[in-house]
Amino acid sequence: MSATDIQDPNRRDFLYVATGMAAVVGAGAVAWPFIDQMRPDASTLALASVEVDVSSLEPGMSLVVKWRGKPVVVRNRTEKEMKDGEAVNLAQLKDPLARNANLPADAPATDANRTTPGKEAWMVMVQVCTHLGCIPLGQEGEFGGWFCPCHGSVYDTAGRVRAGPAPENMSVPVFQFISDTKIRIG
Amino acid sequence: MSEGHSTYTPKTGIGRWFDARMPLPRLVYDSFVAYPVPRNLNYAWTFGGILSIMLAAQILTGIVLAMHYAADSTLAFDSVEKIMRDVNSGWLLRYLHSNGASFFFVAVYIHIFRGLYYGSYKAPRELLWILGCIIYLLMMATGFMGYVLPWGQMSFWGATVITGFFSAIPLVGDWIQQLLLGGFAVDTPTLNRFFSLHYLLPFMIAGVVVLHIWALHVVGQSNPTGIEVKSKTDIVAFTPYATIKDAFGMIVFLFVFAYFVFYLPNFLGHPDNYTVADPLKTPAHIVPEWYFLPFYAILRAITFNIGPINSKLGGVLAMFGSIAMLFLVPWLDTSKVRSAVYRPWYKLFFWLFVIDAVLLGWLGSQPAEGSYVFMAQMATLFYFAFFLVALPVLGLIETPRRLPNSITEAVLEKNKGGGGGHPASATAAPETKG
Repeated sequence: MSATDIQDPNRRDFLYVATGMAAVVGAGAVAWPFIDQMRPDASTLALASVEVDVSSLEPGMSLVVKWRGKPVVVRNRTEKEMKDGEAVNLAQLKDPLARNANLPADAPATDANRTTPGKEAWMVMVQVCTHLGCIPLGQEGEFGGWFCPCHGSVYDTAGRVRAGPAPENMSVPVFQFISDTKIRIG
Repeated sequence: MSEGHSTYTPKTGIGRWFDARMPLPRLVYDSFVAYPVPRNLNYAWTFGGILSIMLAAQILTGIVLAMHYAADSTLAFDSVEKIMRDVNSGWLLRYLHSNGASFFFVAVYIHIFRGLYYGSYKAPRELLWILGCIIYLLMMATGFMGYVLPWGQMSFWGATVITGFFSAIPLVGDWIQQLLLGGFAVDTPTLNRFFSLHYLLPFMIAGVVVLHIWALHVVGQSNPTGIEVKSKTDIVAFTPYATIKDAFGMIVFLFVFAYFVFYLPNFLGHPDNYTVADPLKTPAHIVPEWYFLPFYAILRAITFNIGPINSKLGGVLAMFGSIAMLFLVPWLDTSKVRSAVYRPWYKLFFWLFVIDAVLLGWLGSQPAEGSYVFMAQMATLFYFAFFLVALPVLGLIETPRRLPNSITEAVLEKNKGGGGGHPASATAAPETKG
């Protein structure tokens, strides 16, 4: 067997590929911490849950709390607002999904699915327009719900988008009533 | 025009010592003294120099502002007010920096439109043009992040809306948005990273500017006729001809700049940005800085779903697409003739495009409702049609005017038409001037 009698792929090819792969994995391992540090840090994630006392809210009153840097509205809806919300034909909705983090992703956007069982009067919702993140104004617009002044999206009394450029209903965060007068969001 | 030997001859002993070891003086001499430029360059060609001086001025004022600024959501707004009231000459440095950004964009828009008018992007200058587009993109990123730093209402909500674009990307959009923000909303982590990048990007711009000038000095400058340099009578030396012309252009430009800094320092800003950022309250009407308004109008023009693409993603794609068009210009334009001077139809469409861009800018500053939406949609349609229809089709069907045989012939013809007693400009007749 002479020195030039080598088969393809030979030992050298294997070493090239193996070295190249090790370099790629190494480069990836070095790059990852630089990308990873950009993600929300531990102190930001620690603020991921807040408790709200809602005992002072009579029907027709709202309060806004800051959760993850965004405003969350807690609204004790009036009888009329609830009736308006229930009366909506789901076929008319721009976004047919509930967008409720407490329910499966494919839950339909009924009024009940936008709230929590037994507490249907209470809307708990991230009050951020799903278009480009402005804060809609409460109890404005033709559906008596929310109206975004930035680009004119209109939401109904259950926070479902009814007109304008917004693609989705405003999102309902993970929340629960930990007592009759206290809500934990997150 | 890189052909030909270096004519640099060091005159002193120290000069010869350097030249043998690291010929930096030779590089400067060859690039900025002996470097040949077409003799017919007009004032539109002075904006490269103006942009260089604006970049240097922005870096200089930015470095000293950073010495007084605090990138923390509880401190940022107050630290900027402290610069305005307490720091010695702080008001001047900040107004120079904030208006400097605007005038940097004024200059870059003139520079880009000049390139479009005279066909400066055509072979062999495609790479030169693309490097310019990259500089423009970096400028946009830098300008956007710089506007967030004062932490006013427009800073905060502009950042919210623009980072919101990324949430439109299917599947990974929310992850990318959180990666950019370092949280779930714009806050101190966002401000900190934007400050870091706002400090870094100008130096990256400076790096790409070096490549841009390198590419320019390999292929040489284009000129108003679009005809390549053919003989020695077509060119003059960079110094003194271009140097003096550039210097005069800079002085006029800086004069206007200074007028804004001293007499209209907040004219190009937005009053809402003197209100501290409030994450719970959106201003009635969010607008970006004026130099982003045309793109903002394009973003908002897409109010309808296109097949599987919803209106939000569609708007973001149209906006990024409108910038991507610039990168494709060298291949979209099919005409063999460079300069609009000899292309009657292209000239018309070019000016319509300028009007369209200004119209889009105005529409971007108006609320997105009623007839404004329809107008923005029409203007967006024309914007894309200019690049995707007018540029390729005109090159095929248009009959260009007769081209002069050389730059020299074009210059002499023009001067003849100007009357016998009219003195020729310095660059037009260099051989008679010493």
